[in-house]
Amino acid sequence: MLRRRLDLPLDRDGSGRFLPWIVALMVYLSSLALAGTLVVRDVLERWDQGLQGTVTVELPAKPAGGKEDGAVELALKLLRATPGVLSAEPLDAKRTAQLLSPWLGAEVDVAELPVPRLIDLRVDPARADLPALRQRIKAAIPGAELDDHRRWLDRVIRTGFALQAVAFAIVVLVGAVAVLAVVFATRTGLAVHHAVVEVLHLIGARDGYIARQFEWHALRLGIEGGIAGLVLAVLTVAGVAAAAERVGAIDDAMRLLPIIEAPLYEWALLLVLPVAAGLIAMLTARITVLQALKRMP
Amino acid sequence: MVRFENVGMRYGAGPEVLRDITLRLEPGSFHFLTGASGAGKSSLLKLIYLAERPSRGLISLFERDIATMPRREMPALRRRIGVVFQDFRLIEHLSAFDNVALPLRVAGVAEHQIVEHVSELLTWVGLAEHLQARPATLSGGQQQRVAIARAVIGRPSLLVADEPTGNVDEDLAYRLMRLFEELNKLGTTLVVASHNETLVDRFDHPRLHLAHGELTLQRAPGKAKR
Repeated sequence: MLRRRLDLPLDRDGSGRFLPWIVALMVYLSSLALAGTLVVRDVLERWDQGLQGTVTVELPAKPAGGKEDGAVELALKLLRATPGVLSAEPLDAKRTAQLLSPWLGAEVDVAELPVPRLIDLRVDPARADLPALRQRIKAAIPGAELDDHRRWLDRVIRTGFALQAVAFAIVVLVGAVAVLAVVFATRTGLAVHHAVVEVLHLIGARDGYIARQFEWHALRLGIEGGIAGLVLAVLTVAGVAAAAERVGAIDDAMRLLPIIEAPLYEWALLLVLPVAAGLIAMLTARITVLQALKRMP
Repeated sequence: MVRFENVGMRYGAGPEVLRDITLRLEPGSFHFLTGASGAGKSSLLKLIYLAERPSRGLISLFERDIATMPRREMPALRRRIGVVFQDFRLIEHLSAFDNVALPLRVAGVAEHQIVEHVSELLTWVGLAEHLQARPATLSGGQQQRVAIARAVIGRPSLLVADEPTGNVDEDLAYRLMRLFEELNKLGTTLVVASHNETLVDRFDHPRLHLAHGELTLQRAPGKAKR
Protein backbone atom coordinates (compact mmCIF):
# COMPACT_ATOMS: atom_id res chain seq x y z
CA MET A 1 0.00 0.00 0.00
CA LEU A 2 1.20 3.50 -0.86
CA ARG A 3 4.45 2.14 -2.24
CA ARG A 4 6.05 4.26 -4.92
CA ARG A 5 9.48 4.50 -6.48
CA LEU A 6 11.84 6.32 -4.13
CA ASP A 7 15.34 7.56 -4.93
CA LEU A 8 16.16 7.17 -1.24
CA PRO A 9 16.16 3.64 0.21
CA LEU A 10 14.15 4.73 3.24
CA ASP A 11 12.55 1.29 3.56
CA ARG A 12 15.89 -0.36 4.10
CA ASP A 13 17.27 1.57 7.02
CA GLY A 14 16.29 1.45 10.65
CA SER A 15 15.34 5.12 10.94
CA GLY A 16 11.63 4.49 10.55
CA ARG A 17 11.45 0.92 11.80
CA PHE A 18 9.75 1.78 15.08
CA LEU A 19 7.64 4.62 13.74
CA PRO A 20 4.60 2.45 12.88
CA TRP A 21 4.67 0.98 16.39
CA ILE A 22 4.89 4.40 17.98
CA VAL A 23 2.07 5.71 15.77
CA ALA A 24 0.04 2.57 16.53
CA LEU A 25 0.39 3.21 20.26
CA MET A 26 -0.49 6.88 19.81
CA VAL A 27 -3.57 6.11 17.73
CA TYR A 28 -4.58 3.40 20.22
CA LEU A 29 -4.44 5.88 23.13
CA SER A 30 -6.13 8.61 21.10
CA SER A 31 -8.87 6.20 20.02
CA LEU A 32 -9.55 5.19 23.60
CA ALA A 33 -9.58 8.81 24.72
CA LEU A 34 -11.92 9.73 21.86
CA ALA A 35 -14.12 6.70 22.54
CA GLY A 36 -14.23 7.70 26.21
CA THR A 37 -15.28 11.20 25.23
CA LEU A 38 -18.07 9.85 23.01
CA VAL A 39 -19.29 7.54 25.76
CA VAL A 40 -19.26 10.25 28.43
CA ARG A 41 -21.08 12.66 26.14
CA ASP A 42 -23.62 10.03 25.18
CA VAL A 43 -24.27 9.07 28.80
CA LEU A 44 -24.64 12.70 29.86
CA GLU A 45 -27.05 13.40 27.02
CA ARG A 46 -29.14 10.37 27.91
CA TRP A 47 -29.25 11.33 31.57
CA ASP A 48 -30.06 14.93 30.70
CA GLN A 49 -32.87 13.87 28.35
CA GLY A 50 -34.08 11.25 30.82
CA LEU A 51 -34.40 13.79 33.59
CA GLN A 52 -35.91 16.53 31.42
CA GLY A 53 -39.39 17.27 32.80
CA THR A 54 -38.91 14.88 35.71
CA VAL A 55 -39.32 16.40 39.14
CA THR A 56 -39.61 14.75 42.54
CA VAL A 57 -41.58 16.31 45.36
CA GLU A 58 -40.40 15.15 48.73
CA LEU A 59 -42.82 15.48 51.64
CA PRO A 60 -41.79 15.03 55.27
CA ALA A 61 -42.28 11.59 56.79
CA LYS A 62 -45.65 10.75 58.37
CA PRO A 63 -46.06 11.93 61.93
CA ALA A 64 -45.17 9.45 64.67
CA GLY A 65 -47.64 6.54 64.85
CA GLY A 66 -48.17 6.45 61.09
CA LYS A 67 -51.26 8.61 61.21
CA GLU A 68 -52.20 10.17 57.84
CA ASP A 69 -51.88 13.99 57.88
CA GLY A 70 -53.37 14.66 54.44
CA ALA A 71 -50.09 16.17 53.14
CA VAL A 72 -49.95 13.91 50.09
CA GLU A 73 -53.51 14.72 49.05
CA LEU A 74 -52.93 18.44 49.59
CA ALA A 75 -49.75 18.37 47.57
CA LEU A 76 -51.36 16.39 44.75
CA LYS A 77 -54.27 18.84 44.58
CA LEU A 78 -51.90 21.78 44.43
CA LEU A 79 -49.61 20.16 41.89
CA ARG A 80 -52.35 18.94 39.55
CA ALA A 81 -53.81 22.43 39.50
CA THR A 82 -50.51 23.97 38.46
CA PRO A 83 -50.09 24.89 34.75
CA GLY A 84 -47.39 22.82 33.03
CA VAL A 85 -47.74 19.84 35.33
CA LEU A 86 -48.56 16.84 33.15
CA SER A 87 -48.95 14.28 35.92
CA ALA A 88 -48.38 13.90 39.63
CA GLU A 89 -48.27 10.37 41.08
CA PRO A 90 -47.31 9.46 44.62
CA LEU A 91 -44.88 6.59 45.04
CA ASP A 92 -46.65 3.80 46.88
CA ALA A 93 -45.08 1.82 49.67
CA LYS A 94 -44.02 -0.99 47.33
CA ARG A 95 -42.14 1.32 44.95
CA THR A 96 -40.54 3.19 47.84
CA ALA A 97 -39.42 -0.14 49.29
CA GLN A 98 -37.90 -1.03 45.90
CA LEU A 99 -35.94 2.25 45.81
CA LEU A 100 -34.61 1.70 49.30
CA SER A 101 -33.89 -2.00 48.95
CA PRO A 102 -30.25 -1.56 47.82
CA TRP A 103 -29.54 0.09 51.20
CA LEU A 104 -32.11 -1.41 53.57
CA GLY A 105 -32.72 -4.83 52.03
CA ALA A 106 -35.87 -6.32 50.50
CA GLU A 107 -37.46 -7.52 53.74
CA VAL A 108 -37.86 -4.20 55.48
CA ASP A 109 -41.34 -2.69 55.97
CA VAL A 110 -41.03 0.97 54.97
CA ALA A 111 -44.37 1.76 56.59
CA GLU A 112 -42.64 1.44 59.94
CA LEU A 113 -39.80 3.76 58.99
CA PRO A 114 -39.85 7.57 59.00
CA VAL A 115 -39.03 7.84 55.32
CA PRO A 116 -40.05 10.87 53.27
CA ARG A 117 -43.07 10.49 51.03
CA LEU A 118 -42.32 11.04 47.34
CA ILE A 119 -44.44 12.31 44.48
CA ASP A 120 -43.25 11.68 40.94
CA LEU A 121 -44.02 14.70 38.83
CA ARG A 122 -43.99 15.02 35.02
CA VAL A 123 -43.88 18.58 33.79
CA ASP A 124 -43.69 20.41 30.51
CA PRO A 125 -40.35 22.24 30.87
CA ALA A 126 -41.55 25.01 28.54
CA ARG A 127 -44.62 25.82 30.63
CA ALA A 128 -43.82 24.83 34.17
CA ASP A 129 -42.46 27.55 36.50
CA LEU A 130 -40.51 25.35 38.92
CA PRO A 131 -39.15 28.10 41.26
CA ALA A 132 -42.71 29.41 41.80
CA LEU A 133 -44.02 25.89 42.30
CA ARG A 134 -41.26 25.23 44.84
CA GLN A 135 -42.30 28.32 46.82
CA ARG A 136 -45.98 27.35 46.75
CA ILE A 137 -45.46 23.75 47.84
CA LYS A 138 -43.15 24.86 50.67
CA ALA A 139 -45.75 27.37 51.83
CA ALA A 140 -48.56 24.78 51.69
CA ILE A 141 -46.66 21.94 53.35
CA PRO A 142 -43.84 22.92 55.71
CA GLY A 143 -40.78 20.82 55.15
CA ALA A 144 -41.70 19.90 51.57
CA GLU A 145 -38.93 19.96 48.93
CA LEU A 146 -39.04 20.07 45.16
CA ASP A 147 -36.07 18.43 43.46
CA ASP A 148 -35.64 18.85 39.70
CA HIS A 149 -32.30 16.88 39.91
CA ARG A 150 -30.58 19.85 38.32
CA ARG A 151 -27.99 20.33 41.06
CA TRP A 152 -26.93 16.70 40.86
CA LEU A 153 -27.01 16.64 37.09
CA ASP A 154 -25.03 19.89 36.80
CA ARG A 155 -22.29 18.39 38.95
CA VAL A 156 -22.25 15.27 36.80
CA ILE A 157 -22.17 17.35 33.61
CA ARG A 158 -19.27 19.42 34.98
CA THR A 159 -17.43 16.21 35.77
CA GLY A 160 -18.23 14.97 32.28
CA PHE A 161 -16.81 18.14 30.74
CA ALA A 162 -13.68 17.75 32.85
CA LEU A 163 -13.30 14.17 31.61
CA GLN A 164 -13.74 15.33 28.03
CA ALA A 165 -11.12 18.05 28.55
CA VAL A 166 -8.70 15.47 29.95
CA ALA A 167 -9.37 13.19 26.97
CA PHE A 168 -8.76 16.09 24.57
CA ALA A 169 -5.53 16.94 26.38
CA ILE A 170 -4.45 13.31 26.04
CA VAL A 171 -5.12 13.39 22.30
CA VAL A 172 -3.11 16.62 21.96
CA LEU A 173 -0.22 15.25 24.03
CA VAL A 174 -0.24 11.99 22.12
CA GLY A 175 -0.24 13.95 18.86
CA ALA A 176 2.71 16.03 20.06
CA VAL A 177 4.65 12.89 20.96
CA ALA A 178 3.85 11.40 17.54
CA VAL A 179 5.12 14.58 15.86
CA LEU A 180 8.36 14.39 17.87
CA ALA A 181 8.78 10.73 16.92
CA VAL A 182 8.38 11.60 13.24
CA VAL A 183 10.84 14.50 13.56
CA PHE A 184 13.49 12.23 15.09
CA ALA A 185 12.86 9.44 12.56
CA THR A 186 13.08 11.91 9.67
CA ARG A 187 16.25 13.50 10.99
CA THR A 188 17.78 10.08 11.41
CA GLY A 189 16.75 9.23 7.84
CA LEU A 190 18.34 12.46 6.62
CA ALA A 191 21.55 11.66 8.47
CA VAL A 192 21.65 8.06 7.20
CA HIS A 193 21.00 9.10 3.61
CA HIS A 194 22.90 12.37 3.70
CA ALA A 195 25.13 11.32 0.77
CA VAL A 196 22.17 10.51 -1.50
CA VAL A 197 20.29 13.63 -0.41
CA GLU A 198 23.38 15.68 -1.28
CA VAL A 199 23.64 14.08 -4.73
CA LEU A 200 19.97 14.81 -5.40
CA HIS A 201 20.49 18.37 -4.21
CA LEU A 202 23.56 18.86 -6.40
CA ILE A 203 21.99 17.48 -9.57
CA GLY A 204 19.25 20.06 -9.26
CA ALA A 205 16.47 18.42 -7.26
CA ARG A 206 14.18 20.98 -5.72
CA ASP A 207 13.78 20.83 -1.95
CA GLY A 208 10.16 19.76 -2.46
CA TYR A 209 11.28 16.78 -4.58
CA ILE A 210 13.58 15.53 -1.82
CA ALA A 211 10.99 16.26 0.87
CA ARG A 212 8.39 14.25 -1.05
CA GLN A 213 10.52 11.13 -0.71
CA PHE A 214 10.34 11.41 3.08
CA GLU A 215 6.70 12.53 3.01
CA TRP A 216 5.44 9.44 1.23
CA HIS A 217 7.49 7.18 3.45
CA ALA A 218 6.14 8.87 6.59
CA LEU A 219 2.56 8.83 5.24
CA ARG A 220 2.76 5.09 4.60
CA LEU A 221 4.28 4.32 7.99
CA GLY A 222 1.80 6.62 9.73
CA ILE A 223 -1.25 5.05 8.11
CA GLU A 224 0.03 1.49 8.66
CA GLY A 225 0.69 2.21 12.33
CA GLY A 226 -2.59 4.10 12.62
CA ILE A 227 -4.64 1.20 11.26
CA ALA A 228 -2.91 -1.22 13.66
CA GLY A 229 -3.60 1.12 16.59
CA LEU A 230 -7.23 1.58 15.58
CA VAL A 231 -7.83 -2.17 15.26
CA LEU A 232 -6.42 -2.68 18.76
CA ALA A 233 -8.56 0.18 20.08
CA VAL A 234 -11.72 -1.21 18.47
CA LEU A 235 -11.04 -4.60 20.04
CA THR A 236 -10.51 -2.94 23.43
CA VAL A 237 -13.69 -0.83 23.15
CA ALA A 238 -15.66 -3.90 22.04
CA GLY A 239 -14.32 -5.78 25.07
CA VAL A 240 -15.28 -2.96 27.42
CA ALA A 241 -18.73 -2.73 25.81
CA ALA A 242 -19.28 -6.46 26.24
CA ALA A 243 -18.20 -6.24 29.88
CA ALA A 244 -20.50 -3.27 30.49
CA GLU A 245 -23.43 -5.10 28.90
CA ARG A 246 -22.78 -8.12 31.10
CA VAL A 247 -22.72 -5.97 34.25
CA GLY A 248 -25.93 -4.29 33.06
CA ALA A 249 -27.60 -7.67 32.61
CA ILE A 250 -26.86 -8.59 36.20
CA ASP A 251 -28.41 -5.51 37.65
CA ASP A 252 -30.45 -3.04 35.69
CA ALA A 253 -29.50 -0.26 38.06
CA MET A 254 -25.91 -0.65 36.96
CA ARG A 255 -26.85 0.48 33.47
CA LEU A 256 -25.51 3.83 34.57
CA LEU A 257 -22.19 2.34 33.45
CA PRO A 258 -21.10 3.55 30.02
CA ILE A 259 -23.05 1.28 27.73
CA ILE A 260 -21.76 2.15 24.28
CA GLU A 261 -24.72 3.50 22.38
CA ALA A 262 -23.29 6.48 20.50
CA PRO A 263 -24.51 6.67 16.88
CA LEU A 264 -22.49 4.87 14.22
CA TYR A 265 -21.45 8.05 12.45
CA GLU A 266 -19.76 9.21 15.64
CA TRP A 267 -17.84 5.95 15.87
CA ALA A 268 -16.88 6.46 12.23
CA LEU A 269 -14.88 9.47 13.50
CA LEU A 270 -12.39 6.97 14.86
CA LEU A 271 -11.64 5.92 11.28
CA VAL A 272 -10.27 9.40 10.70
CA LEU A 273 -7.49 8.79 13.26
CA PRO A 274 -5.22 6.59 11.08
CA VAL A 275 -5.62 9.03 8.18
CA ALA A 276 -4.92 11.93 10.51
CA ALA A 277 -1.88 10.11 11.89
CA GLY A 278 -0.59 9.55 8.35
CA LEU A 279 -1.18 13.16 7.34
CA ILE A 280 0.45 14.50 10.51
CA ALA A 281 3.47 12.24 9.90
CA MET A 282 3.60 13.37 6.27
CA LEU A 283 3.42 17.07 7.09
CA THR A 284 5.93 16.75 9.93
CA ALA A 285 8.40 14.90 7.69
CA ARG A 286 8.01 17.55 5.00
CA ILE A 287 8.63 20.46 7.36
CA THR A 288 11.60 18.67 8.97
CA VAL A 289 13.25 17.93 5.61
CA LEU A 290 12.65 21.41 4.23
CA GLN A 291 14.17 22.94 7.37
CA ALA A 292 17.21 20.67 7.07
CA LEU A 293 17.66 21.38 3.35
CA LYS A 294 17.67 25.11 4.01
CA ARG A 295 21.01 24.61 5.71
CA MET A 296 22.53 23.18 2.53
CA PRO A 297 24.29 25.63 0.17
CA MET B 1 30.30 31.34 -18.16
CA VAL B 2 32.25 30.98 -14.91
CA ARG B 3 33.77 34.00 -13.25
CA PHE B 4 35.62 34.15 -9.93
CA GLU B 5 36.79 37.48 -8.48
CA ASN B 6 39.16 37.37 -5.49
CA VAL B 7 37.45 34.33 -4.12
CA GLY B 8 38.59 32.91 -0.82
CA MET B 9 37.29 29.83 0.92
CA ARG B 10 37.74 28.24 4.29
CA TYR B 11 35.99 25.37 6.04
CA GLY B 12 34.50 26.58 9.32
CA ALA B 13 37.05 28.56 11.30
CA GLY B 14 40.00 26.81 9.63
CA PRO B 15 42.63 28.42 7.42
CA GLU B 16 41.81 29.51 3.88
CA VAL B 17 42.13 26.58 1.50
CA LEU B 18 41.66 28.86 -1.49
CA ARG B 19 43.02 32.40 -1.64
CA ASP B 20 42.31 35.24 -4.03
CA ILE B 21 41.12 33.02 -6.85
CA THR B 22 40.33 34.98 -9.97
CA LEU B 23 39.41 33.15 -13.14
CA ARG B 24 37.17 33.30 -16.13
CA LEU B 25 36.01 30.30 -18.15
CA GLU B 26 34.55 31.05 -21.55
CA PRO B 27 31.69 28.99 -23.02
CA GLY B 28 32.96 25.95 -24.93
CA SER B 29 36.39 25.98 -23.24
CA PHE B 30 38.20 22.92 -21.85
CA HIS B 31 40.47 23.36 -18.84
CA PHE B 32 42.38 20.91 -16.75
CA LEU B 33 42.64 21.68 -13.07
CA THR B 34 45.95 20.39 -11.76
CA GLY B 35 47.81 20.43 -8.50
CA ALA B 36 49.11 18.12 -5.85
CA SER B 37 46.77 16.26 -3.55
CA GLY B 38 45.41 18.69 -0.96
CA ALA B 39 46.09 21.72 -3.17
CA GLY B 40 42.40 22.62 -3.14
CA LYS B 41 41.23 21.21 -6.49
CA SER B 42 38.10 19.60 -5.05
CA SER B 43 37.30 22.73 -3.05
CA LEU B 44 37.51 24.87 -6.17
CA LEU B 45 35.28 22.48 -8.08
CA LYS B 46 32.77 22.45 -5.20
CA LEU B 47 32.52 26.21 -5.53
CA ILE B 48 31.86 25.82 -9.25
CA TYR B 49 29.16 23.17 -8.84
CA LEU B 50 27.61 25.04 -5.91
CA ALA B 51 28.29 22.46 -3.22
CA GLU B 52 30.04 25.12 -1.13
CA ARG B 53 29.83 28.87 -0.75
CA PRO B 54 32.90 31.13 -0.79
CA SER B 55 34.07 32.86 2.38
CA ARG B 56 34.74 35.99 0.34
CA GLY B 57 34.82 37.25 -3.21
CA LEU B 58 32.36 37.04 -6.06
CA ILE B 59 31.30 34.00 -8.05
CA SER B 60 29.25 34.39 -11.16
CA LEU B 61 27.81 31.44 -13.11
CA PHE B 62 26.01 31.87 -16.40
CA GLU B 63 26.18 35.65 -15.79
CA ARG B 64 24.36 35.29 -12.45
CA ASP B 65 25.90 36.37 -9.15
CA ILE B 66 25.28 33.35 -6.94
CA ALA B 67 25.44 35.39 -3.72
CA THR B 68 22.31 37.32 -4.62
CA MET B 69 20.48 34.55 -6.45
CA PRO B 70 17.23 33.44 -4.72
CA ARG B 71 17.36 29.89 -3.37
CA ARG B 72 14.40 28.81 -5.48
CA GLU B 73 16.38 29.50 -8.66
CA MET B 74 19.38 27.41 -7.61
CA PRO B 75 18.03 23.99 -8.75
CA ALA B 76 17.54 25.23 -12.31
CA LEU B 77 21.11 26.58 -12.29
CA ARG B 78 22.48 23.31 -10.93
CA ARG B 79 20.79 21.39 -13.74
CA ARG B 80 22.98 23.31 -16.18
CA ILE B 81 26.04 21.90 -14.44
CA GLY B 82 26.99 18.23 -14.79
CA VAL B 83 29.24 16.80 -12.11
CA VAL B 84 31.41 13.68 -12.17
CA PHE B 85 32.28 13.15 -8.54
CA GLN B 86 35.67 11.85 -7.46
CA ASP B 87 34.09 8.82 -5.79
CA PHE B 88 31.31 8.53 -8.42
CA ARG B 89 28.61 8.87 -5.74
CA LEU B 90 26.28 6.48 -7.52
CA ILE B 91 23.18 5.55 -5.57
CA GLU B 92 23.69 1.96 -4.54
CA HIS B 93 20.11 0.76 -4.46
CA LEU B 94 19.31 2.13 -7.91
CA SER B 95 20.20 0.41 -11.18
CA ALA B 96 22.61 1.95 -13.67
CA PHE B 97 19.55 3.05 -15.65
CA ASP B 98 17.89 4.73 -12.67
CA ASN B 99 21.14 6.41 -11.60
CA VAL B 100 21.54 7.97 -15.02
CA ALA B 101 17.83 8.83 -15.17
CA LEU B 102 17.97 10.74 -11.89
CA PRO B 103 18.78 14.23 -13.28
CA LEU B 104 15.92 13.88 -15.75
CA ARG B 105 13.49 12.66 -13.10
CA VAL B 106 14.27 15.55 -10.75
CA ALA B 107 13.74 17.88 -13.71
CA GLY B 108 10.31 16.36 -14.31
CA VAL B 109 11.04 14.92 -17.77
CA ALA B 110 8.37 12.52 -19.09
CA GLU B 111 9.13 8.84 -18.43
CA HIS B 112 9.00 7.78 -22.09
CA GLN B 113 11.64 10.37 -22.94
CA ILE B 114 13.75 9.22 -20.00
CA VAL B 115 13.63 5.62 -21.21
CA GLU B 116 14.66 6.65 -24.70
CA HIS B 117 17.49 9.04 -23.75
CA VAL B 118 18.99 7.01 -20.92
CA SER B 119 19.04 3.77 -22.91
CA GLU B 120 20.65 5.59 -25.82
CA LEU B 121 23.33 7.19 -23.66
CA LEU B 122 24.18 4.03 -21.75
CA THR B 123 24.52 2.22 -25.07
CA TRP B 124 26.83 4.99 -26.27
CA VAL B 125 29.13 4.54 -23.26
CA GLY B 126 29.13 0.78 -23.77
CA LEU B 127 26.78 -0.26 -20.98
CA ALA B 128 23.81 -1.47 -23.02
CA GLU B 129 24.10 -4.87 -21.36
CA HIS B 130 24.13 -3.42 -17.86
CA LEU B 131 21.06 -1.17 -17.76
CA GLN B 132 19.57 -2.92 -14.74
CA ALA B 133 22.84 -3.67 -12.97
CA ARG B 134 23.39 -2.23 -9.51
CA PRO B 135 26.59 -0.18 -9.10
CA ALA B 136 28.08 -2.74 -6.73
CA THR B 137 28.03 -5.36 -9.50
CA LEU B 138 29.86 -3.11 -11.99
CA SER B 139 33.61 -2.72 -12.38
CA GLY B 140 35.33 0.56 -11.51
CA GLY B 141 35.45 1.58 -15.16
CA GLN B 142 31.78 0.76 -15.68
CA GLN B 143 30.82 2.74 -12.59
CA GLN B 144 32.89 5.61 -13.93
CA ARG B 145 30.96 5.56 -17.19
CA VAL B 146 27.63 5.46 -15.34
CA ALA B 147 28.77 8.49 -13.35
CA ILE B 148 29.75 10.31 -16.54
CA ALA B 149 26.47 9.36 -18.21
CA ARG B 150 24.58 10.75 -15.21
CA ALA B 151 26.58 13.97 -15.44
CA VAL B 152 25.85 14.52 -19.13
CA ILE B 153 22.32 13.13 -19.52
CA GLY B 154 20.77 16.53 -18.86
CA ARG B 155 22.97 18.08 -21.59
CA PRO B 156 24.65 20.49 -19.18
CA SER B 157 26.34 23.62 -20.44
CA LEU B 158 29.15 23.09 -17.95
CA LEU B 159 30.68 19.75 -17.00
CA VAL B 160 32.86 19.48 -13.92
CA ALA B 161 34.83 16.29 -13.31
CA ASP B 162 36.80 15.69 -10.14
CA GLU B 163 39.60 13.16 -10.71
CA PRO B 164 37.43 11.19 -13.14
CA THR B 165 40.29 8.87 -14.02
CA GLY B 166 41.51 8.26 -10.52
CA ASN B 167 40.29 4.68 -10.31
CA VAL B 168 40.84 3.38 -13.82
CA ASP B 169 43.83 2.14 -15.81
CA GLU B 170 45.80 4.34 -18.20
CA ASP B 171 44.05 3.06 -21.29
CA LEU B 172 40.54 3.64 -19.94
CA ALA B 173 41.61 7.00 -18.51
CA TYR B 174 42.74 8.08 -21.97
CA ARG B 175 39.47 6.91 -23.53
CA LEU B 176 37.45 8.78 -20.90
CA MET B 177 39.39 11.94 -21.69
CA ARG B 178 38.61 11.43 -25.37
CA LEU B 179 34.95 11.13 -24.40
CA PHE B 180 35.20 14.47 -22.59
CA GLU B 181 36.78 15.99 -25.70
CA GLU B 182 33.84 14.73 -27.75
CA LEU B 183 31.44 16.40 -25.34
CA ASN B 184 33.50 19.58 -25.52
CA LYS B 185 33.24 19.53 -29.31
CA LEU B 186 29.46 19.41 -28.88
CA GLY B 187 29.71 22.73 -27.02
CA THR B 188 29.99 21.67 -23.37
CA THR B 189 32.38 23.70 -21.25
CA LEU B 190 34.66 21.39 -19.27
CA VAL B 191 36.75 21.60 -16.15
CA VAL B 192 38.55 18.35 -15.39
CA ALA B 193 40.58 18.04 -12.20
CA SER B 194 43.46 15.58 -12.31
CA HIS B 195 46.72 15.07 -10.53
CA ASN B 196 47.83 12.70 -13.30
CA GLU B 197 50.36 14.91 -15.08
CA THR B 198 51.22 12.20 -17.59
CA LEU B 199 47.63 11.93 -18.70
CA VAL B 200 47.08 15.68 -18.81
CA ASP B 201 50.24 16.09 -20.91
CA ARG B 202 48.64 14.00 -23.64
CA PHE B 203 45.97 16.65 -24.27
CA ASP B 204 46.27 20.09 -25.68
CA HIS B 205 44.18 22.12 -23.22
CA PRO B 206 45.08 24.96 -20.85
CA ARG B 207 45.69 24.17 -17.19
CA LEU B 208 44.50 25.88 -14.08
CA HIS B 209 47.20 25.00 -11.60
CA LEU B 210 46.58 25.16 -7.86
CA ALA B 211 49.39 25.32 -5.36
CA HIS B 212 49.02 26.34 -1.71
CA GLY B 213 45.49 27.57 -2.35
CA GLU B 214 46.52 29.92 -5.15
CA LEU B 215 45.66 29.54 -8.81
CA THR B 216 47.75 30.14 -11.88
CA LEU B 217 46.74 29.71 -15.48
CA GLN B 218 49.15 27.72 -17.63
CA ARG B 219 48.71 27.81 -21.35
CA ALA B 220 48.42 24.55 -23.28
CA PRO B 221 51.81 23.09 -24.13
CA GLY B 222 50.88 23.31 -27.79
CA LYS B 223 52.11 19.87 -28.67
CA ALA B 224 50.32 17.24 -26.79
CA LYS B 225 51.68 13.71 -26.65
CA ARG B 226 48.90 11.48 -27.95
